[in-house]
Amino acid sequence: MTAPHGRALLHLAAALDQQAAYDAASHVELAQLAERGALDFVTLGDSFARPGLDGLGVLSRVAPATGRIGLVPTVTVTHTEPFHVQAAVATLDWVSRGRAGWRIDVSTTEREARLFGRRHASPEPSASLHALWQEAGEVADVAGRLWDSWQDDAEIRDEATGRFIDRDKLHYVDFEGATFSVKGPSIVPRPPQGHPVRVVDATDGPARRIAARYADVALVRVTGPAQARALRDELRHTAAEFGRSPDDLRVLVGLTVDLGDGECAAEPGWRSPLFERSRELGGGGGGSRQSAQGPLYRGGPVDLAELIAAWHGADAADGFHLTPVEPRRDLERLVNGTVALLQHRGLFRTFYPGSTLREHLGLARPANQYAVAGGAS
Amino acid sequence: MTVRPRKEIHLAAHFPGVNNTTVWADPRAKSQIEFASFEHLARTAERGLFDFFFLAEGLRLREHKGRIHDLDVVGRPESLTVLSALAAVTERLGLAATVNATFNEPYELARRLASLDHLSGGRAAWNVVTSSDAFTGENFRRGGCLDRADLPHSRLRSSGGTPITRAAEFVATARELWDSWTPEGLPRPFAHRGRHFDIAGEFTVPRSPQGHPVVIQAGDSPPGREFAASAADVVFTRHGTLEEGRAFYADVKGRLATYGRAPEDLKIMPGVTFVLGDTVAEAQERAAEIRRRQISPQNAILTLEQIWGVDLSSYDPDGPLPDIDPDPESTMVQGRVRVGDPLAVAEKWRTLSREKGLSIRQTVIEASGRQSFIGTPDTVAAELDEFVRTDAADGFILVPHLTPGGLDEFVDRVVPLLQERGAFRTEYTGTTLRSHLGLAQPVWKG
Ligand SMILES: Cc1cc2nc3c(=O)[nH]c(=O)nc-3n(C[C@H](O)[C@H](O)[C@H](O)COP(=O)(O)O)c2cc1C
Repeated sequence: MTAPHGRALLHLAAALDQQAAYDAASHVELAQLAERGALDFVTLGDSFARPGLDGLGVLSRVAPATGRIGLVPTVTVTHTEPFHVQAAVATLDWVSRGRAGWRIDVSTTEREARLFGRRHASPEPSASLHALWQEAGEVADVAGRLWDSWQDDAEIRDEATGRFIDRDKLHYVDFEGATFSVKGPSIVPRPPQGHPVRVVDATDGPARRIAARYADVALVRVTGPAQARALRDELRHTAAEFGRSPDDLRVLVGLTVDLGDGECAAEPGWRSPLFERSRELGGGGGGSRQSAQGPLYRGGPVDLAELIAAWHGADAADGFHLTPVEPRRDLERLVNGTVALLQHRGLFRTFYPGSTLREHLGLARPANQYAVAGGAS
Repeated sequence: MTVRPRKEIHLAAHFPGVNNTTVWADPRAKSQIEFASFEHLARTAERGLFDFFFLAEGLRLREHKGRIHDLDVVGRPESLTVLSALAAVTERLGLAATVNATFNEPYELARRLASLDHLSGGRAAWNVVTSSDAFTGENFRRGGCLDRADLPHSRLRSSGGTPITRAAEFVATARELWDSWTPEGLPRPFAHRGRHFDIAGEFTVPRSPQGHPVVIQAGDSPPGREFAASAADVVFTRHGTLEEGRAFYADVKGRLATYGRAPEDLKIMPGVTFVLGDTVAEAQERAAEIRRRQISPQNAILTLEQIWGVDLSSYDPDGPLPDIDPDPESTMVQGRVRVGDPLAVAEKWRTLSREKGLSIRQTVIEASGRQSFIGTPDTVAAELDEFVRTDAADGFILVPHLTPGGLDEFVDRVVPLLQERGAFRTEYTGTTLRSHLGLAQPVWKG
């Protein structure tokens, strides 16, 4: 799909992360605001050490209060059950009628490990991060299999034979991972999108290969278009090595945005030293990880639109994932300023032509891996 | 002499399940997975001023003869996620999720439940179940074994434990987490070290509107009843007749004093079915028709196989019962609770078939039990009221046979009559599920 200029479509997403918000209303309000801007999706960061409610639960609560926008909670995979996680994400897809995504993350800290008391964080951080992302890859893999463990037409309601389902269209996944195994099939029928959208932050080494292999959307936190383009090329290349079409992967630049000072206070154009390293709200677990850092844009909404248009025009990214430092204020300026300007220039959609998150992202509904293999259950 | 105040009935709506109570082969039967169906039933229950909406759980698809069981509804969503969404389309209705205590961990589940309580303004409930078979365990890291080496300290490995002891410690641990924030909103560290769990840290969710979500227990064994008496707010039981109900009620309520609890601190709610008609005869006719639909020829043979434990597919559903005896050791059926004594049941059914001259299918229809309440709205309302007044129950979890419209008629026709009798609320007086159930706010154990 291409935009009027023959350029690839621009994709925009926003984080809803607030400092310790425990109510439904504030999340609903922010998601509705983002939906007014026709953004592809909103994310909600989560970890077991983050003050706040269960992220997936919050976005399920948001689902009936919104109609089109994609809903992407972080769900960590280190201390959770892969079978439960895939079922919850599939259910989010059912309750939102095809708008669910899942930002996959790992829990690295001993602090989180102590909340479960089942395994310890490795004392050797880099080896541990590698192993945790290996496991995350296996969870992403088994989730895809479990979503496919029901073919779309498995439910037949055939009165003549008394059968509700055609069990030849349900499949055991018989997955044997390094740290877990799952028999299947899922308890949840295949969700509306086939596979809810998997999102991985690909900035750090160990996560990058997992993103290239399993993610539909990869986030990269970089400070310049050249860096973004290099990372995007690398991800697309690695995806192809894994046998995927590189065009099935969207690469979004992750940017923390502070639109607080308005246009006049903007630093002199985004070309100059406009970025500084700053804490990203709500991401990651434990707060001490390098990956919890991200580039910060500070300036006005118009300059931000310029930046987005320029990077996108230079094929550096498929779009942006923006984390407002002050969601209520910055999201409003983002939608009314930045997005409005991009729409005015014909660079961003003014309404949702599709109804599922995959449609917003221009990603096809995936074929079922078991349907090809035939009916042996 | 003190006059006991009139007992008010508590009502809950069970979303139709994955057994043959649910009739899917009916033109009115709709999706068991689309959100619209959950929304319909929940809104109906709220229109009827019900206490709560209830979702069951099964973590592995049922199997029969080594293959996935295909005759009943298969597939359902993950409960807590659906209930979080339903919190957006209802305002007062309690939202109860069945969640297994064997294949979950206290920190994560306590957090999800507290989150639901916040998102719904104090309407969350947890039905604690303990299914722990190795068959289901094949979907999980923990597998089926409770005394496996996944406990953190070798000291604990040999100590074993049962699903119920794990569930009891699970609930106690969850309560410690729910109590870890002060009512003023200050987080404090927690540490729990027990037989099943050894955890410490800080809970990320403030004390929720209900203090603790309502805890429901479903189980029937003596340890299960004891667990309910010690820890639950509601018991979900299968004892749906007047006599059984009274015995169960007296037994469970009698266990409460040991734990310093009063009889009204624990509500007993059997799961029941109902069929309405304009006359009793019409209701009986409809009930018989529903049973015929519930027990298709294929389902009749399958029901028999579940008792006999052997392949009976060569038998004619319209012919006589098998002469061979059941195999009590059979593992043919997986993922559902087996009947008590297969030999005794087989003998009873043979007698029934002989005496009344019934075929296999007719016998199964005859023996599988009638719906709990059959009659006109008036007689059903009177019977429900009698159950509660005479201490066979504190209320009911209604299990409709149709998705999602199976409760419409009950809400339109029976609820007003219960209200007329003064046996059921005419409006919600509180906002939380605890207030609907007349349960006290849990005391904060700082
Ligand atoms: C009325 C009732 C409903 C139940 N619902 C479920 C359920 O939805 N999911 C589940 O896994 N187990 C369910 N169970 C099973 C119980 O959790 C428990 O495993 C079983 O009753 C055995 O425990 P007991 O020996 O104490 O009866 C239910 C049990 C009863 C009595």
